[in-house]
Amino acid sequence: MSEPFSFRPGAVLPELVRGPITRGTLALYAGASNDHVMLHIDSDFAKAAGMGDVFAHGMLSMAYLAQFIAQVAPAQNVQSWQVRFLAITPVHATVRCSGEVLDVYEAEGRALARLRIRTTIDSGVTTLEGEAIVARS
Amino acid sequence: MVDRAFVGVVSEPRNIEVEKGQLKFFAKATGETNAIYFDEAAAARAGHRTLPAPLTYMFCLASAAPAKRGAIFGDMGVDQARVLHGEQSFTHYAPIYAGDVITLVTETIDIYSKKGGALDFIVQDTRATNQDGVLCAEMRFTVVVRNEVAP
Repeated sequence: MSEPFSFRPGAVLPELVRGPITRGTLALYAGASNDHVMLHIDSDFAKAAGMGDVFAHGMLSMAYLAQFIAQVAPAQNVQSWQVRFLAITPVHATVRCSGEVLDVYEAEGRALARLRIRTTIDSGVTTLEGEAIVARS
Repeated sequence: MVDRAFVGVVSEPRNIEVEKGQLKFFAKATGETNAIYFDEAAAARAGHRTLPAPLTYMFCLASAAPAKRGAIFGDMGVDQARVLHGEQSFTHYAPIYAGDVITLVTETIDIYSKKGGALDFIVQDTRATNQDGVLCAEMRFTVVVRNEVAP
């Protein structure tokens, strides 16, 4: 077991990398998530919709972010979290989850931390960005 | 433009069982490495009564049991070729577990346009309550609809 993460403002969370995302990844995620929107599965459909090719479900990157947060706070310690989807994650992209502690505080008797969370892809483009409120213990 | 009359519409309650096999499939599909999400012995060692659902899984339950009333791809008439996910949030109160029967109720909170009508935004809140009446989680889903705009 590594050292427990020290929640202090500015502390950087360990990066988590997933991918590259293949067409197979998207097919499996579509089935597993019950999200059958064809933009993610069928390249003919995606092209006809003007998207060029299939692209990853935003929720796949958000699932990776859940795993990323779990490196420092188990799921039962995550109180709330939100993201904005800023750019599409194209097929073949590698997804990097990163973030840092924005602040630490107490609320209703619990020690909490507010985290910045984001995903970026190979080109450096930020695809998801948001915040999470987690209990520190 | 999506009909703003849908603002305030509350869906019918939808019940959906959290299937253990589907949770294992989700863990595989997302590259999950934490065994509590696919190995019952590991989940038990971590103090869980069975496999817990990952934090985003409520969204998958809602996809599997879409609303009939206030449904983006149903009575709202949105074409799936034109949607993008705009924002997503979750608030967690209690874990969702394999075998739970979750009741979902969705309310359409807002519908608005941007970029001169080129984009419509639909905001929906969903509550997930388990078979014991415990509120497990809430989520807010914002979908963006790309409209055909005359040149």
